[in-house]
Amino acid sequence: MTANTDETFDESHVIENDSAVIDSDAAADSQDFITNQINKIHDEYQQGKAEGRPEETQPRIDFAPYRSSVLRHPTKDLHHADPETIELWSPAFGHRDVHALEADLTIQHNGEPLGERIVVRGKVLDGAGRPVRNQLVEIWQANAAGRYIHKRDQHPAPIDPNFTGVGRCLTGDDGSYEFTTIKPAPYPWKNHHNAWRPAHIHFSLFGTDFTQRMITQMYFPGDPLFSLDPIYQSITDQQARDRLVATYDHNVTSHEWATGYTWDIVLSGSNRTWMEDEDAE
Amino acid sequence: MTQNSTQLVATPGQTIGPFYGYALPYEKDSQLVHRAHAGSIRLHGVVYDGQGTPIPDALLEIWQADETGVISRETGSLVRDDHTFTGFGRAAVDNEGHYTFTTVNPGATQEGKAPFISLVVFARGLLNKLHTRIYLPEDTDALANDPLLSSLPEERRKTLIATREANGDLYFDIRLQGENETVFLSYPGA
Repeated sequence: MTANTDETFDESHVIENDSAVIDSDAAADSQDFITNQINKIHDEYQQGKAEGRPEETQPRIDFAPYRSSVLRHPTKDLHHADPETIELWSPAFGHRDVHALEADLTIQHNGEPLGERIVVRGKVLDGAGRPVRNQLVEIWQANAAGRYIHKRDQHPAPIDPNFTGVGRCLTGDDGSYEFTTIKPAPYPWKNHHNAWRPAHIHFSLFGTDFTQRMITQMYFPGDPLFSLDPIYQSITDQQARDRLVATYDHNVTSHEWATGYTWDIVLSGSNRTWMEDEDAE
Repeated sequence: MTQNSTQLVATPGQTIGPFYGYALPYEKDSQLVHRAHAGSIRLHGVVYDGQGTPIPDALLEIWQADETGVISRETGSLVRDDHTFTGFGRAAVDNEGHYTFTTVNPGATQEGKAPFISLVVFARGLLNKLHTRIYLPEDTDALANDPLLSSLPEERRKTLIATREANGDLYFDIRLQGENETVFLSYPGA
């Protein structure tokens, strides 16, 4: 692994190895080269769909335009398993684990963070539309200048001493979550020459079954970097990609305080046999 | 609420990226039990890429029953009190791709079932999560009768069975690609 395929700017503490040989070419790739590669995969997908192949709803794990994926995806098909016992349950989190104030990323320091204050709210649902209740949601993100509080992010943009960019909450009985934060900025990375990630917030989610565990990224509507980003475009289907984009919602926006976005998250189906009382309001 | 049979399409996953290190790890995250707990073991191994190179930026989570096969419903995974067994652990690998959990051997959740630990893998460069199982090596009859293991050819089956070390610890490598690629799982409705 080298810095060339990394989203980071300083790999000095990371071990070097043979894959440098592969990566050294990738750094020279232009955005046009990457975009053409993306478009070719998408065109093939569209053509296959027109010929009756199934619609894709998840990212491809083998997606060469995202250089770091080349050696990090299984080449064999996922093996079908019927979930058993432990897989039909999820860890339980409670107020012992998460304080209510952790959902506000703008009050973790002495001063106000810089940038555009936003509220992001939505619901976590399972595949049957049932709310995922009292379950953990974790987020992390760059600040308003596109900088992460992480030792490996050396992007020459300012750190905000009043913003860490980490939050947690528990969903309510209706599956709802809400975070108050700062709108993150895009940032450059080293997938190819002049590569920039669209602004995003990382989301980590648990369901009622451990098989539903997922990590994803929420994006903001109308980002001009969408078509250029191999991580976002690893989802070949436009409708599926749209599911990662929050909606601006003026009803969530509050007077002289914060703009608002809504974003609902649907986990894969639960395989548990649901008891009446579990499903009862 | 009445049973809602609407089938919604799942939101796509995305890579964990490189910057989870200041957000997801937490104090005692990989210590399902205290090291001094009677019966505590180390579960450890290395995460490799398709060239056999250790991956220094992967995050693993395990979820398991206790020693008697009971699935914990206790909260407290994020704020460990060193007494409550919640069954959940999280471990970021180190710079050499090595991970370590301190836990117990899970018991069989049903009589005659082969005990296993559920594992989920996240990494920079990995565009979506991967699920697998870490089976304990001892109960060979149960392993032979396990529906998942018996559906796999021998050389793939062994990628899911941990090795017992002389001191009682469990060793389990994860190979995302290439020779001895770990069997990763999909489930109905995913």
